[in-house]
Amino acid sequence: MILMVGTNMSEAHPVASTFVKDAVLGGAQLIVVDPRRTDMVDFAQLHVPIKVGSDVAFINGVMNVLITEKLYDKKYVESCTVGFEDLKKKVMEYPPERAAEISGVSADTIREVAHRLASVKPAMLMYTLGITEHTCGVNNVMSCANLQMLLGNVGFECGGVNPLRGQNNVQGACDMGALPNVFPGYQRVDNAQAREKFMKAWNVQSLPEKPGMMMPTMMKNLTTGKVKAFYVFGENLANTEPDIHHVEQELQSAEFLVCQDIFPTETTRFAHVILPAAAWSENDGTFSSSERRVNRVRTASVPPGDAKPNWWIFKEIAKRMGHKWESNSAQEIWDNEVSVLAPSLAGIQYARLENDGIQWPAPSKDHPGTPTLHKDGKFTCGLGVLKAIDWTPPAEVPDKEYPMVLSTGRRLYHYHTRTQTGRSQGINDLLGEETADISPADAQAHGISDGEIIAVKSRRGEVKVKARVTNQVPEGLVWMAFHFREACANWLTNPVYDPVTQTAEYKACAVRINRLT
Amino acid sequence: MSDTFFLNGKEKPFKPGQMILDAARNGGIEIPTLCYLKGAAATGACRVCCVEVKGARSLMASCSTPVTAGMEVFTETELVHRSRKMIVEFMLASGRHNCLMCEANGNCRLQDLAYYYKITKLQFPEKEISDIYPTEDENPFIVRDFSRCILCGRCVQACNELVVNRAISQGYRGAESKIVTGGDLPYHESECVFCGQCVEVCPVGALMEKKAKGLGRPWEVKKIRTTCPYCGVGCQQWLHVKDGKIVKVTAVEDAEPNKGRLCVKGRFAYDFIYSEDRLKTPLIRKKNGEFREASWDEALDLVASKFKEIIKKDGPDSIAGVSCARSINEDSYQMQKLFRAVIGTNNIDHCART
Repeated sequence: MILMVGTNMSEAHPVASTFVKDAVLGGAQLIVVDPRRTDMVDFAQLHVPIKVGSDVAFINGVMNVLITEKLYDKKYVESCTVGFEDLKKKVMEYPPERAAEISGVSADTIREVAHRLASVKPAMLMYTLGITEHTCGVNNVMSCANLQMLLGNVGFECGGVNPLRGQNNVQGACDMGALPNVFPGYQRVDNAQAREKFMKAWNVQSLPEKPGMMMPTMMKNLTTGKVKAFYVFGENLANTEPDIHHVEQELQSAEFLVCQDIFPTETTRFAHVILPAAAWSENDGTFSSSERRVNRVRTASVPPGDAKPNWWIFKEIAKRMGHKWESNSAQEIWDNEVSVLAPSLAGIQYARLENDGIQWPAPSKDHPGTPTLHKDGKFTCGLGVLKAIDWTPPAEVPDKEYPMVLSTGRRLYHYHTRTQTGRSQGINDLLGEETADISPADAQAHGISDGEIIAVKSRRGEVKVKARVTNQVPEGLVWMAFHFREACANWLTNPVYDPVTQTAEYKACAVRINRLT
Repeated sequence: MSDTFFLNGKEKPFKPGQMILDAARNGGIEIPTLCYLKGAAATGACRVCCVEVKGARSLMASCSTPVTAGMEVFTETELVHRSRKMIVEFMLASGRHNCLMCEANGNCRLQDLAYYYKITKLQFPEKEISDIYPTEDENPFIVRDFSRCILCGRCVQACNELVVNRAISQGYRGAESKIVTGGDLPYHESECVFCGQCVEVCPVGALMEKKAKGLGRPWEVKKIRTTCPYCGVGCQQWLHVKDGKIVKVTAVEDAEPNKGRLCVKGRFAYDFIYSEDRLKTPLIRKKNGEFREASWDEALDLVASKFKEIIKKDGPDSIAGVSCARSINEDSYQMQKLFRAVIGTNNIDHCART
């Protein structure tokens, strides 16, 4: 049994989706919870087209049924979790009828989902950015965890809460401490012992203890003057961040902007210095995948011109600021620093990564790695915490002026801002432009025909884009990606953020569509 | 009843339901096959895997015949050899298997079998060229050369049973048989999503990577294992490299996590690294807003001195940076180390949250 929530897997993680499809052919049930009729719905026993941003209400409704009808895993809840009474009290406020009203699917559907989930064990929950890219992203994730703990599904193979990560090494960038509050291996910067350890390893007298700014705060502070210098490594913020007009103003405000990249991008236009980097397959290293698997990356060709490995560039800047770093290759960095300093990676060394990688935690050199976390419901933190969570609507909901919801995502053929796929021969032939996907009903209401150029307008901006009339999209929804600059969805998206993670609400804002003539 | 059978006279174990081909392979005997595809249901399409089974009226396709207890199987008899050789001869006559002009030369199961069975001339008249479907070469990635197709059906199985994109199937009948998309449309007008799994499993040169054409024979390329640079699945790839340049990408079979599968981006979107647009030298913005080329020393000195100046004037927390979630772990490690240990701020983040 697989429950997919807010994941367009066949386009964003195509190879992962093939294994889900295999499971369905092998007899597994699949439930797809998504406002759109994504391709995976073809394989699902049940498609639950909830309204954009109603996830918490929907999941609370499902949990209401599980608790009311005593279908949840009482033994697991009692022995492995805390907080059940609080959770129960909260979800009792969400009887299926109320959850139905908020989420736009019927109360019977909510009951059916609950009944189906309770009938198979374990069931696997998979989610992607449909869950996280909301002002209530953290609450959405915790609701997924609530549901899976209530069902006793966490800590088992083919169970668990499984986020599919968007970038090849977004897991690794977190693991390496490219986060404002933790050192490599999630050791907190506000922990004196951790700082002591890193001071010694890095041969410095002090390390800052106050957690730093998250990216949206950094960018906001470019305009307040609190941030003077901004170092952007391999990010095309001018296309990827919500509300491009505003983002460009922020980048423009930097006193000193350093961009380190492999291509000139919309972002490097604002740079004061551009540093040319070696790309994938031009140096050795490691990526860490969604399943915490550390995999090797190997050199196949030489970087063009004077382009240099990124690790070398950082080392050279450190040298010019008076710090001599010893490690002189990715392998030396990993073997002599990363695996020494991060306990969960202590057992991972290049010599062990020759074939299939190793899934952390791998605390010792003979440890085989850990495919499943919280094994048998024994949570890393002790007991799993069930949380009472209330539904909150997106920050901007449709009104008279902007009556439709815009939700955004990725399409199969391109990757993000197309800096790479757009330069790979042939890909543009398969997908050469952006479209605004709308329902036949909305197309008819506006007199829009398939392929016609229309205007999509939000409070932030307006784009002219080809309409794609499709049954994938429900009435009232416009769906777009951000692969193409001119019709990039981020001219329209709303720069509002989850208060904890500062993840932007890419999945919901209000727009209107118009014919041009 | 014990679970053993006799393989060329030797008693060997088998698992209930196991096909002769698999059981023989476990028993150390490799039976040739063109259509067998791991993970998919056996079809018995190519018949190359035929074996003699004592008591059977005819030769049996070992890929689709389950072993039974006490079964006596012979894999290398004169009859088996003669039959396999004839099957290969029929295949050679079914199209235009001219290895000189074929991309699969050196990596072709049919070529291997023709050599193994010492076939030196065509026994049967070749199919009329007018009876062969024309080559489809209109999409950017996959060439479908029907003159080399042996109708083994591996591509159909990969598409329907492994990656389940359901874009192709067996079409038409008899001598007109063809692997078809829905409505027999070309790939780019069909349901095909260009994952290229059909190419990956094609045992001959019927399905070929268009971008790799003419760039290197199998014996000229070095295969380097790496991890895909796109999404977070972490698919394992073989980079086929000739003269320091990637000419083709295939999947690593049996590797975790992708088990020999890739998607359109992983398989075909590798050549961005050779784009003329690549940044090749450090650039410094001039007063008039334009960029000029600079040496590494000049650019790095500028960055370091500007950082030092800003730290002195406004403190380390007035510098902030974002790392790259597409680059290697070691790069992110170095960048956060630069920010924490050298600049003295925790203002380091990356795009995970946005």
